[in-house]
Amino acid sequence: MTVLLNVKDLRAYYGQVQALHGLSFSLNEGSLTTLLGANGAGKTTTLRAICNMVRSTGGIEFDGKPLNNRSTESIVRFGIAHVPQGRGTFTTMTVEENLQLGAITRKDNAGIVSDIERMYAHFPVLKQRHTQQAGTLSGGEQQMLAVARALMLRPRLMLLDEPSFGLAPLVVRDLFGILGKINREDKVSILVVEQNAQLALELADQAYVIETGRIVMSGNAKDIANNEEIRKSYLGY
Amino acid sequence: MELFTNQVLAGIATGAIYACMALAVVMIYQAIDHLNFAQGEMAMFSTFISWQLMQWGVPYWGAFLITLIFSFFAGIAIERILFKPLAKAPVLTNVAGFIALFAIINSSAGLIWDFTIKQYPTPFGSAPFLGSQLISTHQAGMIGVTVLLLLALYFFFQYTRIGLAMRAAASVPESARLVGINTSWMIALGWGMATAIGAIAGMLIAPVVFLEPNMMGGVLIYGFAAAVLGGLTSPFGAVVGGFLVGIFENLAGTYIPGVGNELKLPIALALIISVLVVKPAGLFGRHIVKRV
Repeated sequence: MTVLLNVKDLRAYYGQVQALHGLSFSLNEGSLTTLLGANGAGKTTTLRAICNMVRSTGGIEFDGKPLNNRSTESIVRFGIAHVPQGRGTFTTMTVEENLQLGAITRKDNAGIVSDIERMYAHFPVLKQRHTQQAGTLSGGEQQMLAVARALMLRPRLMLLDEPSFGLAPLVVRDLFGILGKINREDKVSILVVEQNAQLALELADQAYVIETGRIVMSGNAKDIANNEEIRKSYLGY
Repeated sequence: MELFTNQVLAGIATGAIYACMALAVVMIYQAIDHLNFAQGEMAMFSTFISWQLMQWGVPYWGAFLITLIFSFFAGIAIERILFKPLAKAPVLTNVAGFIALFAIINSSAGLIWDFTIKQYPTPFGSAPFLGSQLISTHQAGMIGVTVLLLLALYFFFQYTRIGLAMRAAASVPESARLVGINTSWMIALGWGMATAIGAIAGMLIAPVVFLEPNMMGGVLIYGFAAAVLGGLTSPFGAVVGGFLVGIFENLAGTYIPGVGNELKLPIALALIISVLVVKPAGLFGRHIVKRV
């Protein structure tokens, strides 16, 4: 198992306020890792710090190369696709344009065209709506679109910020099924931030629990799910 | 009836220029959320460059092309030097920046070429167009060049990757960065294109209003009126607004007693105020909801 993403002593700040207090974790190549924690624990900030969207100090290494002090748009070129909270849909553009934007850093036109078809096969609803303005899609469809847009990069690592947010339970099941499939079949490593701990632990192989900007627990997802004490005190179910 | 048709066609011709100016204003507004008060002066300076080139013996279309390229890079330079550092500054700082830019360009043009009014040539001639008394060849040329420009821009933004990236950067900058678009350079590119579009407007209107450092003052106000009417968030609206304002201006000047040529400009200002009161988002704009 090689380490794909290694985060060491990460501290992040919003103005004067410190949101992360020396957070360290790592993610193995090919794994599906989840970051769990309550509201305001620092999950989103961790993802934003990886993509340099918030001021931070500490070490972030991707595949052995440091990511610190690189611009957000250049970090994408390492093969890191970030689906932000709220999905980041280009609402005034069509579904197909959203997919093309996911691949905007790629130069292989034929590959892009075939990848768009591949996404339509993964998510048939997007094909039906490919000329529609993305803002008119339902929440679930927009989340599918966001995942598809991220995959258009052919990423090595996908960062997902609360993909279940605002979605109906059945749609969430669907989506998580697809994420598992992408992880296994396309060999995309995934780091998913979730409040829905139960579901995330079913899906993930590795889990970290964050509280007030620090990792308080880590381990195998199954072990954490089976540990009643952790579940009750940190995950609330 | 002939007077009416004549006025409408003439309105479309000047409307084409307002459409260009409005489009330039909207492109920059979309990129940085500020109105570029100096858009007209930038266009005026470009027009002087083309005039100077022609004085040195460069043929019209050669001068036209060189001026476009110069304007494109000048626009990028202005963004990089002046407005990129102001990106996170408050609105008033930006407004001050625009006013400074206005004053600097206006007085440099006066310094270099003085304030006397100069003749500016037209490549189309000024004979009646196709033997008709309704419109001159220069007016037809203004409409023709603008339509070509608009088509080219439409294809650029709809069907090229860089056009797509520019639209993405203007609509959701954060997501654009997350797919790997360098939004900062997209803004600079928008400035370059807007400056070149303004240069086209300036070179087309110069034979009508004559060349002098203050030539674009009135034109820019009409351009603002057009942009506001069409909606500051919609490039398409800006173009439609430009043509509407051009027609409206001419008809008002002809048919409303007492308006004539002298009171045309207040009409544009009245139009801006009316639109802002009645329909602030303009004809095609969307309402901007800001979370506070």
